[in-house]
Amino acid sequence: MAIAEAETQIIGGIAAKFRTCPASGLKIDLAAERLIKANAVASIVFLAIGGLFGLLVALTRWQTVHILPADMFYLALTAHGLDVLLVWIIFFEMAVLYFCSAVLLNCRLATPKLGWVAFVLMIAGAVLANVAVLQGNSSVMFTSYVPMKADPNFYLGIILFAVGALIGCFMFLGTLVIAKDEKTYEGSIPLVTFGALTACIIAIFSIAAGAIILLPTWLWSLGYISHIDTVMYKLVWWAMGHGTQQVNVAAHVAIWYAVAAILLGAKPLSEKVSRTAFLLYILFLQLASAHHLLVEPGLSEEWQIFNTSYAIYLAVLGSMIHGMTVTGAVEAAQRRNGYTRGAFEWLRKAPWGNPAFAGMFLSLIMFGFLGGISGVVLGTEQLNIMLHNTIYVPGHFHATVVAGTTLAFMALTYLVLPLIFQKQVVWPKLARLQPYIFAVGVAGISLFMMGAGTLGVARRHWDIGFADAPMSFSYPAAAHLMLALNGIFAVIASIGGILFVLIAVGTVLWGKPVTAENIVESLGPMPKKQVTDAVSTYGNAGTWHLPGTYILVAVFFLSFVLYYFVNWKYLSEIWPLS
Amino acid sequence: MTDATEQADDVPTPERSLRIPVMQRVLDNPFLLLFIGVTVPTVFYILWGLIELTQIPIAN
Repeated sequence: MAIAEAETQIIGGIAAKFRTCPASGLKIDLAAERLIKANAVASIVFLAIGGLFGLLVALTRWQTVHILPADMFYLALTAHGLDVLLVWIIFFEMAVLYFCSAVLLNCRLATPKLGWVAFVLMIAGAVLANVAVLQGNSSVMFTSYVPMKADPNFYLGIILFAVGALIGCFMFLGTLVIAKDEKTYEGSIPLVTFGALTACIIAIFSIAAGAIILLPTWLWSLGYISHIDTVMYKLVWWAMGHGTQQVNVAAHVAIWYAVAAILLGAKPLSEKVSRTAFLLYILFLQLASAHHLLVEPGLSEEWQIFNTSYAIYLAVLGSMIHGMTVTGAVEAAQRRNGYTRGAFEWLRKAPWGNPAFAGMFLSLIMFGFLGGISGVVLGTEQLNIMLHNTIYVPGHFHATVVAGTTLAFMALTYLVLPLIFQKQVVWPKLARLQPYIFAVGVAGISLFMMGAGTLGVARRHWDIGFADAPMSFSYPAAAHLMLALNGIFAVIASIGGILFVLIAVGTVLWGKPVTAENIVESLGPMPKKQVTDAVSTYGNAGTWHLPGTYILVAVFFLSFVLYYFVNWKYLSEIWPLS
Repeated sequence: MTDATEQADDVPTPERSLRIPVMQRVLDNPFLLLFIGVTVPTVFYILWGLIELTQIPIAN
């Protein structure tokens, strides 16, 4: 049977064309499929653009190379932040939302024509903002703090992009309603869709906050409003700036569960516990935005400590639950697949040659160990004072957004290409290596930026040599070494990123068609079993015999405690109390 | 409460066996979750923060 055969069904008076996936048996709405493809392609284009600017930034901060002049450095930094922190991830998240609703719930997508309106708005907005930046008069960086003023089209572009993304979020909610009305699933929605719902809810809050603050800022840039309060701007803007990164967290956790389910047939250890962990995200994750405002005058310690400590620790608890349950789900599935010897045979014999699995598991480990632990350190009010606005901050969020989210999105792409684009991945040997190259590069970037930040190196600083400054300052040689290593590992990450883009584009353009006969092998190496319906149904793994997971969790806690107290030690040396 | 009433309470009825726990009903309602997910950060992060900022005295 050719995979592309489609049937038309009329549901509720609305006609929709579906094809049936021979691997999973899921009905795939062709309108949803087209939108997933469009958003995925757009996301990869902007990843390539944003990644290139990121490489230029890293090579400039490497003092020996120092490739860009000051004005171009801030232009590149603005474009890098805009394209990778907002445009790449939200385009991809739109694809994830359509996939997790229409595809996983076996139903038609709500208002697909509106989906194209959303897509056009997002493309127009992203292009407009990028053009404004490239013209050179909007080098205000991604945060665009007032009173720095960008070209009006910079703000307008982001507003249009945000409105398009909001439409996509409401289409996701509409699709949930359709699936429930048409009874395309039984009981509760599957966990992966619930994770996407969590991402959608956080996205609605975050994107709406961004649109709300950027609308008056746009009018201010046009001259219709005389003044925007700087701290008020920061407060509301960070609801978007950090909130969108929390969308990433929810989305990539959902992808961890999805990849484990598709490749290994892994079910969560407990649906209830995992869904409760997502509820903790819905309630508290967005409050983490406050850690950007921990040194602002005018905001009380009560506000700062509640938002960054008491509340956010509950969201951190959610992340730790996911970290354990995804690992545990993989172990449970592997043990069920026959890998039962010792504590770690399940991990040694995992499909490490499958780029989807390798990317997913590396994302999980690096997000937890590098991004999660450093996030708690930054969110602790007392410790934050040592690291605030140092290059430690981008070190932390490269561990979360690049090692965590981007690597997880890359992993999912290796499944989306055969399942949705119906193309076999080209250059499979390079594809196997790609997640490892990218992960090594990103781990280095994150660690060395955090190392330089611990030595006090400021973020967003063109020249730490202070060549043209009236007053000089010398950083320790180790800080220069850290920035040089950051540059070297940025090159390695870029090689991984370029490989990913080439493989994805090459597959879309020249990949061999996937057929019913080769669909399973097209998903890459995996245990010798058929893909189960684990990703689209409710249910638990049914075992708690997970010695390997318990050992890994113990190692994580030990690292967490040690690193946390090492930072308190640093603080006591900087800020002696006697 | 009498023993007879207690015994009657223990007898499973079709309604009781089909009763969905409150927490599950919350988690199964995307629009309630949307309301909670927008309200909590709006109140604790944005509104509380804005209230504090409006109380900063204006410099002379």
